[in-house]
Amino acid sequence: MKRSLSGGIPTRRNTELALLVLAVALGMLAYAQVSLATDGRLPHSFWIVGAGMGLLVLIAHITLRLRAPYADPILLPAVVLLNLLGLTMIHRLDIADAQRAVRNGTKPPALEVYAQLTWTTLAVFLFIAVVFVVRDHRRLQRFTYISMLLGIGLLLSPLTPGIGATINGATLWLRVAGFSFQPAELAKVMLTIFFAGYLVMKRDSLAIVRAKVLGVGIPRGRDLGPLVVIWFASLGTLFFEHDVGIAALFFGLFVALLYVATERRGWLVIGFIMFLLGGGLAYAAFGHVAVRFEIWWNPWAHQATTGYQLVQSLFALASGGLTGAGLGQGYPQLVPFAKSDFITAAIGEELGLTGLMAILVLYAIIVERGLRTAIASRDPFGTLLAAGLSFVTALQVFLVVGGVTRLIPLTGLTTPFLAAGGSSLIVNWMIIALLLRISDRNRRPQDIAKTPDESLTQVIRL
Amino acid sequence: MNRQIQRIGAVFALLFVALLVNLTVIQVFQAPSIRARAGNSRVLLRDYQKKRGPIMVGTLPVAYSIPTTDQLKYLRLYGNGPMYASATGFFSMVYGATGLERIENDLLSGNDPRLFVNRLGQLIAGREPQGGTVVLTLNAKAQEVAFKALAGKVGAVAAIDPATGAILALVQSPSFDPALLSSHDPAAIRTYYDSLLKDPNQPLLNRPLVSVDPPGSTFKLVTLAAALESGNYTKDSLIPGPASLKLPQSTHVLHNWSGSPCGPNNKTTLANALNISCNTAFAWLGMQVGGDALRTQAEKFGFDSSFSVPMRTAISRFPATLDPPTTAMAAIGQFDDRATVLQMALVGAGIANGGVVMSPYLVREVRAPDLTILQSAQPTIFSRAMTAANAATELHMMQAVVDIGTGSNAQIRGAAIAGKTGTAQTGNAAPSVAWFVGIGSVDNPRVAVAVVIEDAGGQVEISGNRLAAPIARDVIKAILGL
Repeated sequence: MKRSLSGGIPTRRNTELALLVLAVALGMLAYAQVSLATDGRLPHSFWIVGAGMGLLVLIAHITLRLRAPYADPILLPAVVLLNLLGLTMIHRLDIADAQRAVRNGTKPPALEVYAQLTWTTLAVFLFIAVVFVVRDHRRLQRFTYISMLLGIGLLLSPLTPGIGATINGATLWLRVAGFSFQPAELAKVMLTIFFAGYLVMKRDSLAIVRAKVLGVGIPRGRDLGPLVVIWFASLGTLFFEHDVGIAALFFGLFVALLYVATERRGWLVIGFIMFLLGGGLAYAAFGHVAVRFEIWWNPWAHQATTGYQLVQSLFALASGGLTGAGLGQGYPQLVPFAKSDFITAAIGEELGLTGLMAILVLYAIIVERGLRTAIASRDPFGTLLAAGLSFVTALQVFLVVGGVTRLIPLTGLTTPFLAAGGSSLIVNWMIIALLLRISDRNRRPQDIAKTPDESLTQVIRL
Repeated sequence: MNRQIQRIGAVFALLFVALLVNLTVIQVFQAPSIRARAGNSRVLLRDYQKKRGPIMVGTLPVAYSIPTTDQLKYLRLYGNGPMYASATGFFSMVYGATGLERIENDLLSGNDPRLFVNRLGQLIAGREPQGGTVVLTLNAKAQEVAFKALAGKVGAVAAIDPATGAILALVQSPSFDPALLSSHDPAAIRTYYDSLLKDPNQPLLNRPLVSVDPPGSTFKLVTLAAALESGNYTKDSLIPGPASLKLPQSTHVLHNWSGSPCGPNNKTTLANALNISCNTAFAWLGMQVGGDALRTQAEKFGFDSSFSVPMRTAISRFPATLDPPTTAMAAIGQFDDRATVLQMALVGAGIANGGVVMSPYLVREVRAPDLTILQSAQPTIFSRAMTAANAATELHMMQAVVDIGTGSNAQIRGAAIAGKTGTAQTGNAAPSVAWFVGIGSVDNPRVAVAVVIEDAGGQVEISGNRLAAPIARDVIKAILGL
């Protein structure tokens, strides 16, 4: 009905459906491949994961048909494929853990693929909830300062005695009633909403140029305030919670959004200088940052101690080579945290450079669709929000994949949609829900019945 | 705002390209070298899936694999593991491989391109692929004698066939048992490895090949060779040999161990100086021939070079720049002279082989699983260090050292043995390293052996003749079959 009213703008939901079928088929093919290569038969989990994911994907798709029919048709299939590949790899490593248990004569460990499937279910339901609840993304602008408080509260929450937990040297976790949660993941969304809302309000004053140096406008001194606050907050995170990734992520996100909002290159220059300054300071002052840098610089010198993880990751990647060992045929379990932080290395070993390239292209597609959504948004808040959500995803992928592959020093971030872990999965699905929400608004025809004047103007404009 | 978004998008595109380029470098271009690095247990795990070839000494397998029932299909075992550890190294699922297990891994694991035809045959015949065999040059009897003699001491033995360079004995003490590192129990492997790491005497150190010590008086063999080669000296030349020698340009005074002159009127013949290991005479001689001539001579014997036997040896050093007092000290094997026990065996081998130094090697031949020989060692000349005449002169002077000089403990009834003792200081404290370089027999040199003892386990007096010479004698006896 809407379709006819809108003069025939296609919803593209059928395209999405076709791509979803393809994504689920491809993912389950990989899943089957793992079992066939190791056991020679399909396990129960194949049917459970296949049916579960099929159902979830169907529900998500129907939700979009009902509530966001004009949303981007590529985002969901790309995310579904990544999520399924993550499940496949976790299943693969479950098998390795079970084999090890048999060898050592110990009790077989619980299958983590079921935990991840449960988290995926929760993530998809929250995705649906976001699509239903957030009917118009512009409403989120009202929560700018609440988001800020929530975001900062979440970031600081692991420091709370009693529920905060330090895992692998980083104080990034909340542990309540046996569940671990990484609040920084949720803070990612909250702070993106805050940055977008704040910059929409302040962009005009922040764009005022005091002087020009080499053709680059330099902002006024008093406008430096917000950037300096974020800078200190990032360094604070680094100092208190021992995590380079989160600090770099938030600072990078803010600088990028500041540049987009004000259209002033000066902010990029200042941001970059402050980043180098902060990095240098952190290197000199915080031992853990210097250690990370040292491992990155020469992992082979520390391969038995601090550099063990990175060296094992490099061994996995090198042994995968161009085409990979084949699913189920490598030794990805030799890399510590292969299911979570180092899942990229595990994939690189069994699917090779070819497989990793495909995965990076999937991420690139998600980011590209996000940025497209930002550009197409009709309101500045939507533009900044979509841009921010895309930036944060792109930056996170770069930081974590770059770290695992020794392009940059290792940080403690998770690989979106692939890595085992609930918080990351839930939050990244929420990000996609918001992007779909904004893209639906972008392409949705104006409601003629409610605002006839506006539609008239449009006709004239045409 | 849109243009800014596009620009940032372009930056991210560049970052993703950087990821892809970096991945391509790691997974394609650097992949072979990363895979080959020590500590990559993947290669080993893959290798555990097929029968690894043995390492043989004669007909005795010193490393071999047997089938098991667990996940890793074959278990690596070692016959007399600690005795042969300097040669075999270990093959561990936790710590990778060392020694020949590492260097000959391709052949032992059956991945060597030379085995291609063989592999094809196995494939067609439906047999399980297996690795090739490595046959060593070692002499089982000499290994046993040397290993037993070194028990409880810290030291090493290397013996070489002077005519070919084939290594006949290679033993370290303390040693380790590679079988305990090649088991299928990672926890036990780690526990054992940690205990080896904690041992202050470093059992994992391949002493004969990579541990260097001041060679002390055994270096006088090099100084003597340089003097003979200069053409200015014969064994009967009279040179100064006072009780003590004040070194020029310094306040250092060099004393003889005995505290007395080496001959009447503070003079001695070269032959007598070697017999009694006269420090002042050789220090004077070193200054006369000069630091550069000493270095040239040392390098002809193998100093300042690294050998692949096929494990790479540590480089034995003769100091690069010398003034007269340090030349004097370097001439008697002190100052910054450092040598492996293999290097000192090479000096003996060069003298025994008419001045021709052969490159040392440990692998006699490699065979395919069907035992056809793929490759045999070809002895190669490393250098011509001395003329045959000078080498013969020096060899006979060394015989006198054993017959009537400081090396009396190396005497063997019925065979003419040549040798030279050494007792070196590693610091300013009491003598701490005992050496002996021996050759047997003088008439038909079939072995040159060097022994170094760093710590004799509680014995106070460290002396080349007392500690090292008997071990050299026993190794020579074993090889000569006496």
